[in-house]
Amino acid sequence: MSDSRIAKATVDEFEHADRATNSAAVPQVSLRALRKTFGAVTAVDGIDLDIADGEFFAMLGPSGSGKTTVLRMIAGFEQPTSGSVFLGGVDATTLPPFRRDVNTVFQDYALFPHMTVAQNVEYGLLVHRVPRAERARRVGEALDMVRLGEHGRRKPTQLSGGQRQRVALARALVNRPRVLLLDEPLGALDLKLREQMQLELKAIQREVGITFLFVTHDQDEALTLCDRLAVFNNGRIEQVGRAEEVYENPATQFVAGFVGSSNVISGAAARAIVGRDGAFAVRPEKIAVAPSGSATAPGSLTVAGVVQDVVYAGSTTRIVVAGPEGLILTATVLNAHSPDGGVVRRGDPIGLTWHESAMRSITV
Amino acid sequence: MRLPAGLRRSLVVFMVIGLAILYLPLLLIVLNSFNSSRTFGFPPSGLTLEWWQKAAGSSGALAALGTSVFAGLFATGIALILGTMAAFAVQRYRFFGRSTISFLVVLPITLPGIVTGIALNATFTSVLGPFGVGLGIATVIIGHATFCIVIVFNNVQARLRRMGTALEEASADLGATGWQTFWRVTIPGVRGALIAGALLAFALSFDEIVVTTFTAGPQVQTLPLWIFGNLFRPNQAPVVNVVAAVLTIVAIVPVWLAQRLSGDSVSSRI
Repeated sequence: MSDSRIAKATVDEFEHADRATNSAAVPQVSLRALRKTFGAVTAVDGIDLDIADGEFFAMLGPSGSGKTTVLRMIAGFEQPTSGSVFLGGVDATTLPPFRRDVNTVFQDYALFPHMTVAQNVEYGLLVHRVPRAERARRVGEALDMVRLGEHGRRKPTQLSGGQRQRVALARALVNRPRVLLLDEPLGALDLKLREQMQLELKAIQREVGITFLFVTHDQDEALTLCDRLAVFNNGRIEQVGRAEEVYENPATQFVAGFVGSSNVISGAAARAIVGRDGAFAVRPEKIAVAPSGSATAPGSLTVAGVVQDVVYAGSTTRIVVAGPEGLILTATVLNAHSPDGGVVRRGDPIGLTWHESAMRSITV
Repeated sequence: MRLPAGLRRSLVVFMVIGLAILYLPLLLIVLNSFNSSRTFGFPPSGLTLEWWQKAAGSSGALAALGTSVFAGLFATGIALILGTMAAFAVQRYRFFGRSTISFLVVLPITLPGIVTGIALNATFTSVLGPFGVGLGIATVIIGHATFCIVIVFNNVQARLRRMGTALEEASADLGATGWQTFWRVTIPGVRGALIAGALLAFALSFDEIVVTTFTAGPQVQTLPLWIFGNLFRPNQAPVVNVVAAVLTIVAIVPVWLAQRLSGDSVSSRI
């Protein structure tokens, strides 16, 4: 059987699965005023979030921002201190993990070492007392979906990191959960494999149509994979939105700095450059080097400064400039024509310019 | 690490001396079990299988062997159940007095055997005696179980700690109830520790004499008790050598197996 036909069969099954409570209006996951404290430490500090059916949703934040604790409360491994978890519109706050229609791909995969790959994948069906013939069929489909059809009889220790990751994915998807939770799913893989798995994850998510909710600290990964994302900081959500929305319109200084990098202009520098009080963010790639002496285009801002550093990074070059009022600006220049962003040297006077529309007012 | 040649040579010498002191006497026992001289002159005046044949025909020794195996198996069984349950409770649940419980379970192994023996003897004879409990094989088993539990507990607890809870969480996440998780994931995870603990517990029970002396009563004779009773009877001395040789081998095999199975230093946890 070809890969595409398997994929088709899998999709059909998922579509035919009975999802009475699963109308488009009811979010698959709803968090209401969710809080979790560990002793004196508040890990999650009042989270409200709705994740729609079929979404690929990312919870992005630095370590310790509470995103993993939220995931564990959705899976049922942690009990919230207060607040509620709804799954498919039903209050699941106090349900134990095995009564929840969600499955998890763990960061370290947590494959059962004493079972073969096929037994690992079969486990969820076995404990749900699915008949033997159907178990065998669904395990085969799940392994084919992650391109491990030939490896069913191996032990997890005989697989590479990327293969183990795919076993964990097949094991979690074979139950056809309402929501798939992924905890830093690609964190243990090297860069090339990670990029390949990102594409695979996205393709599999499209195939099966299940809601994917994943936790990551890697903003590139979040932007690449997700439809929408929530940016976590200190146990709270700073911003929720579609990837390009959050990137283009960061709501806070934290988001501006964490999702991609940003130049933040505030205080005296804001008054000097923008002409009013407030805090403003400009992405480095939206700043251009202005030929010295050229007039400022209408609707644009120009800053004169001194080049502090020129960092060559392959496809781009970062130019760090010391501006007025102690402001440090970074401009990213594409190395499309010149190898080093033009002939810029440390200590050169330089002009930077960007269009006002590229600048966002943010809260600090 | 690279050691100076002189130091290395002297360390090798020390190690050989140390091992010789440990194992040459045991070798002598085995050798004497084949020694044709009744007085065990060294070197042996000749080799014979006579004592082994005598031992094989000695009803006292065989009965004692049977008693020891029976008591060892029973004490190990009790230790497996209670030790595993205690280890599971201490490693997987948080409750008031958790570390105290852990300490109290391990304590019997450090108590002098003679104290445990006297205490159990007093309890069995003066407290439980009036209720019809007499010293016998059952009290020996209970006495042995007190330290066998420690071995199983320590092995299983260490394994549970190293396993962590990730696999159990994964199992629950996939829909397994607590019971299913216990049998399908936790027990297979600690299987090696269970086997190693059981083998060591049996080996300890098999050659225990101090607690046994105080809990056996007049009717029950384990193999070590039989050896002790026959050691100074000149007629029996050659047979005692045979039994001691057997005992050595029976004790070595489980420990060797346990070391191989558990993969990490079992002996450090006794």
